[in-house]
Amino acid sequence: MKFPVPHDVKAATIPGTEGWERMYPYQYQFVTDDPVRNQYEKEMFWFYDGLHYPEPLYPFDTIWDEAWFLALSQYNNRIFMVPPVRGVDHRMINGYVYISPVPVKNPDEIGSRVPHFMERAGHYYKNWDDLEKKWKVKMEATIRELEKLEIPRLADMEDLSVVTDAVGESKGYHLLKNYDDLINLGIKCWQYHFEFLNLGYAAYVFFLDFVQKLFPSIPAQRVTQMISGIDVIMYQPDEELKKLAKKAIELGVDNAVTFSQEWTEVEAALKKLPKGVEWLTSLNLSREPWFNVSTGTGWFHHDRSWNDAMNIPLNGIQTYIQKVKAGVNIERPMEQVRAERDRITAEYRGLIEKEEDRKQFDELLGCAKTVFPYVENHLFYVEHWFHSVFWNKMREVAAILVEHGIIKDVEDVWLLRRDEIKQALWDVVTAWATGVTPRGTQTWPKEVEWRKGVMQKFKEWSPPPAIGTAPEVIQEPFTIVLWGVTNSSLADWAKVSEVKDLSSVKEFKGFAGSPGIVEGKARVCRTVEDIRSLQEGEILVAPTTSPSWAPAFAKIKACVTDVGGVMSHAAIVCREYGMPAVVGTGHATKIIQTGMMIRVDGSSGAITVAR
Amino acid sequence: MATNLNTAAGAGSSAAPELCWLEEVRKDDVALVGGKCSSLGELINAGVRVPPGFALTTHGFARFMRDAGVSGEIPFMLNGLVHDDLEQIELVSRDIRSMIEEHPFSWEMEDAIAEYYRRLSVRCMVPAVPVAVRSSATAEDLPGASFAGQQDTYLWIRGVDDVLHHARRCISSLFTARAISYRIRMGFPHEEVALSVGFQKMANAYTAGVMFTCNPGNGDRSVIAIDANFGFGESVVSGEVTPDHFVVNKITLDILERTISCKEITYTVDFETQKSVRTETPFERQNVQSVIDEEIIELARMGKAIEKHYGRQMDIEWAVDKDLPAGGNIFILQARPETVWSEKRDKEAAVAGKATSAMDFILSSLMTGKKVS
Repeated sequence: MKFPVPHDVKAATIPGTEGWERMYPYQYQFVTDDPVRNQYEKEMFWFYDGLHYPEPLYPFDTIWDEAWFLALSQYNNRIFMVPPVRGVDHRMINGYVYISPVPVKNPDEIGSRVPHFMERAGHYYKNWDDLEKKWKVKMEATIRELEKLEIPRLADMEDLSVVTDAVGESKGYHLLKNYDDLINLGIKCWQYHFEFLNLGYAAYVFFLDFVQKLFPSIPAQRVTQMISGIDVIMYQPDEELKKLAKKAIELGVDNAVTFSQEWTEVEAALKKLPKGVEWLTSLNLSREPWFNVSTGTGWFHHDRSWNDAMNIPLNGIQTYIQKVKAGVNIERPMEQVRAERDRITAEYRGLIEKEEDRKQFDELLGCAKTVFPYVENHLFYVEHWFHSVFWNKMREVAAILVEHGIIKDVEDVWLLRRDEIKQALWDVVTAWATGVTPRGTQTWPKEVEWRKGVMQKFKEWSPPPAIGTAPEVIQEPFTIVLWGVTNSSLADWAKVSEVKDLSSVKEFKGFAGSPGIVEGKARVCRTVEDIRSLQEGEILVAPTTSPSWAPAFAKIKACVTDVGGVMSHAAIVCREYGMPAVVGTGHATKIIQTGMMIRVDGSSGAITVAR
Repeated sequence: MATNLNTAAGAGSSAAPELCWLEEVRKDDVALVGGKCSSLGELINAGVRVPPGFALTTHGFARFMRDAGVSGEIPFMLNGLVHDDLEQIELVSRDIRSMIEEHPFSWEMEDAIAEYYRRLSVRCMVPAVPVAVRSSATAEDLPGASFAGQQDTYLWIRGVDDVLHHARRCISSLFTARAISYRIRMGFPHEEVALSVGFQKMANAYTAGVMFTCNPGNGDRSVIAIDANFGFGESVVSGEVTPDHFVVNKITLDILERTISCKEITYTVDFETQKSVRTETPFERQNVQSVIDEEIIELARMGKAIEKHYGRQMDIEWAVDKDLPAGGNIFILQARPETVWSEKRDKEAAVAGKATSAMDFILSSLMTGKKVS
């Protein structure tokens, strides 16, 4: 399969964006002035990480990309010594991230890594549950530290206590230091993120692989079903909404909760009712930590949490109140999910002919079930809880930059790299200390305006799905399980650019996420705010879904997403509700428009559009 | 109510019945009624919907051969033949076959077959019910000794005279040049060959085909593969058309794959001649799915039950009858053990390889990686 040469893609600079490279770390650039590195870049296979980055990255948001660049790679290559793979290398073109798994080529080196891997990975697999408990303690301590972190404002005159307590440090110094602490906590949190993830994915992907070797026609969704029905905390935010809906009915304040779609109005009304105050107390208990769930993936500054956008959870609570009053059972059908899981597992197992394969099936299934909760739960701790608090701390930093004239608006801060923010803070605190005007007040606003224009042009650009030279074999577990790099996906990627007119497409395919066939009216929801317009019995078409979308699933009869695999949120929830899902279609939200009649075949992954 | 003409007609407990109903036999009655008929009897008794019918047993066959005087003559006629002297075999085959086909059944046997046929017509509520007359060999369809298709099948046979005539043609098909040559080559004694003839109500198939209780492409036991075309199954069995192809998950009974092909040929019955005829499918129907989703699921359910009953993968012929209402219109015409993948799998190494623990398997899989191009 032929893909474009990275340097040719990069050389075709979008007019008006010349010099965009300064918005990102220098090591992310494809180079032409270093022959050795240039040759390496040409020989590697780079694929666009559309799974995490459906849009170009803002300079500040690059923080999480760098964080996992380091963490994933170090665990593979320096800590667990995964024999045939090193890390995953990163590059960037026009704000889009391209990644490439780096193999260990020397067979002797691979061999020498084996005993280390067996010892190290073996330790984690063997002590998984204990180590996972320790992980939670570390993670919660990190989040608490973050919550407590103060971003101080710079007063014209320092407080008297600085003198009387003989503090010996100024707020200017604290601002610099705490900004560093903030960034370091973020990086640390991502160190923990990958502590279990590489091994978790490996256990999961090779269980999948094993079962697919036994049963070449088994849909991946059926393998994931074998590890379903395990309680994970990603469902807890949605459970809280159900609890609050029932509580509202129980206290007789359901009318006050449902009379308006505006949270501020609802809250004011509830405060006037004695029972309403009681309900608000329950709500506040639910909010920490569960309303830290992000309305997006949590990866981007614009992903706000429920706590930031209370209309969203309010809408969910209102949906559940209506359901309960209509006599609908809103509990997740866990008993059925588990019974069906056990039936399917037993039937497949019964078809395995060889005793040693049955034994290995049991072993790998047990291992996959052990790692599964972590693979799901880390998302809440890191991408949702930590990130939601983190973005708001960063907005506090931004407010100080606004106050001192470096940027015009809090939301401008994302156009600066985090090291540029550090420089700007130095500019601010030295000028504050000295009593002069920061230099950046003249330079940054102009630069920010220019960068905004560049970002807009980047958004309009379509990144090629892959560049460079496709390898024969991929051994890196994330590349296989998370990004779904397979022979057929490569072929699809090679084809993607051929589709010109999306409005004429009548049939397309994605991953079969959850079985069944339904026909119905489509509702395209680009953000979680849009789910308010969902009507009962429609088919949800979304870029991707996350736990904050959960209430939508109580209304719809099928779901289609642009991004995600059989382990994605939409696929898992649809399997629980027993409704069809087709996920990872690439372009569903562009091909389908609200109101169109579509047919979703969740067993084969086919979508048919009536035009 | 198996019948032995040597003792009292209609005696049920006879040791050597010459005729019997299909439901009276089980799968281990191969020596009595051959592979096909014993399998049909087994299916009926397993609760599978099979068109009703009866069989001329191997005793009936032996008696006919004795009566016709052929059993004495044949050894002389076959003596000294070598398996690759096809010209000589062809001559002998022709002589033996015409000897068989021209010789009438004895009055007693003719009467007995006619009586079974009449009772079948009454059961089906169709006067002179059209039947399929097919040979059911004792050595055929056995795992590992598959020479299926070496004997003949005659469809849409109606009326006693035609039934008797085609019964003799089935018997004579045991002596085609190919069959003789095959037996010589395999060292199979001709005098030990026995045959049964089955008479089974024709299913008036709206659509028909075959079903494997594994994926014939990769041997996957977790799926059922179904091939279908409009009309009788002949077009599918013979490979004359590319049939519609469905893959159904055996465990969850949902359709995983569907391929609708352009099907230009349909076998249907000509009601004037009561014969199966090959016709061109009307253009507008050629690309239409030939079996509806509900029927596909029901077929898969039946396939799963049949496999469970036999405890092995099966190769099944089926039809959807157009004369009967939905819910009772799907029939199984034949079921035999699938041999290709069953045997292949026995010889294959375990997927687990040498790995005995999950950790070993993860390591060896990491080392191998995933092939992508």
